Amino acid sequence: MTLLGRTTVNVVVGISVLYTLLPVMWLVLAATKNVDALFNSDLFGGFSLVENVQNLFAMDKGLYGRWYLNSLLYAVFGAAVSAFISIAAGYAFDKYAFRHKEKLFGLVLAAVMVPQTVLALPLYLMASEAGLVNTFWAVFIPALFNPFGVYLGRIFAQGYVPDEVLEAARIDGAGDLATYFKVALRMLGPGLVTLFLFQLTTIWNNFFLPMVMLSDQLLYPVSLGLYQWNSSATVSPEYYPVVIMGSLFAVLPLILAFMLLQRFWKAGMTAGAVK
Amino acid sequence: MKGRLACAVLMAPFFVLLVTVFLVPTGTAVWLSFFAADQPGLGFGPESTVFVGLRSYLAVLSDPTFLNGLLTVVLYCLLYIPLMVVGALTLALLLDSGVAKLRSWAQMSLYLPHAVPGIIAALIWLYLYTPGLSPIVDLFARADIQINFLGIDTVLPSIVNIALWSNLGYNMVIFYAALQAVPREVLEASVVDGAGPVKQAVRIKAPLVRGAIVTVGIFTLIWALQLFTEPVLLSQSTPMISARFSPSMYIYDAAFTRNNYGLAAAASVVLLAFTIALSYGVTRWTNRKAI
Repeated sequence: MTLLGRTTVNVVVGISVLYTLLPVMWLVLAATKNVDALFNSDLFGGFSLVENVQNLFAMDKGLYGRWYLNSLLYAVFGAAVSAFISIAAGYAFDKYAFRHKEKLFGLVLAAVMVPQTVLALPLYLMASEAGLVNTFWAVFIPALFNPFGVYLGRIFAQGYVPDEVLEAARIDGAGDLATYFKVALRMLGPGLVTLFLFQLTTIWNNFFLPMVMLSDQLLYPVSLGLYQWNSSATVSPEYYPVVIMGSLFAVLPLILAFMLLQRFWKAGMTAGAVK
Repeated sequence: MKGRLACAVLMAPFFVLLVTVFLVPTGTAVWLSFFAADQPGLGFGPESTVFVGLRSYLAVLSDPTFLNGLLTVVLYCLLYIPLMVVGALTLALLLDSGVAKLRSWAQMSLYLPHAVPGIIAALIWLYLYTPGLSPIVDLFARADIQINFLGIDTVLPSIVNIALWSNLGYNMVIFYAALQAVPREVLEASVVDGAGPVKQAVRIKAPLVRGAIVTVGIFTLIWALQLFTEPVLLSQSTPMISARFSPSMYIYDAAFTRNNYGLAAAASVVLLAFTIALSYGVTRWTNRKAI
């Protein structure tokens, strides 16, 4: 390729990288500054990283720490349970034959299309009927449902668990469930991690459902808490550095999970799109 | 017989969820849309629920704020989806061309925003749009350009930018993976036939990853139609975003601010029908083009 072509390619990629990185870098930089420096767009003055962290965890009697724990509980616990549920269903869809199987699978796929906002009001009314509104469970249970995970689970079962292995286990006299838990689930390990990561991201991002279900601040996840603090910031600016520092902390777990488990993340995304 | 039991056990937890958090709520939304709370005796009598037929639908479809919201989200899609698909595909093609330097590093950086939760992406950009806080507005001001990212004409493109920033890298990775799966012989043959790198990318590679393009397009569409988080957050700072800016915001407002469940349910069903019709239309349209 010509030198001009090469340069153009690298310039375009370079600009795109700056576009994605600079806002994150601004967040990191802004998190180190006090209110005055923040409002003067003073990029390097007013260093108060330590005070900002202290303020974050002290603000409103340490609500942020509580929100952070809630988010971890909703996301980590929820994603783990959800991954096991989805992969079991996906596996069953792949390995068993029953009537109307493909129609049922079509229904699962259709569920991906239905907007969260459509389900929110009925879910709220059902939760209120069951006395679950404004409890941990109102946010936790609906987040376990991941139809796209079942779709991926079916693909993983097809790819990772050869039918011959199941046949051999059957000849050895192992029951189907024992085979699933002792043999198949182990082979599905990487797929399980992928589903876990997917749902971890989704639940950590969850905003609409908590907003509908929760009124008790002590149950809020980080997303909803920061939303509320931001609305306070429009009135009292001392909230700005706290919201910025809180945002930075809220980004860390997913970036960490993403870097540690990058291999699995990519596997799931590409399996979903290419097949 | 034993196999059947195992199959049922494995599927049961998921199907319990499917029924309780998906089928029943969807059914309830449809049911609610045909009923309304009615208070006889000038509002002093006991509240009862009465069948009102299509009244809620008529109310929604003749409500200018709902129709405006629908129009807003259509404009948003028309702006966002082509930018997203073309942008992500272009980046994937550039990275796949073998010319780009530091490829895996560039991919990581492009993907990074996807690890930033939606509400936080919106927060970061809101601050980057806010005069006083934002180095960007500041930079423009120094060059004597007054720019208001949250004005009446700029607020929609500003929201598009947030969504683009969040998802560009994610979709790029999907396209890149599809491009890596293109058989190398096909590419070599096209080089022999005299195709340059640009022609090869546009005429050979892009058509070969059509499946991925359609998938990304439809998922982007479904998500875009649910537009809620970004405008809700921005609405805390600009009067240009009303409480009924998008259909999802309209539903939230009707259900939880105005407590009009029938209206909210009817709007939900309209949004759902709109989503299904558009996804189906796009699928049909792309399939026909293939023939």
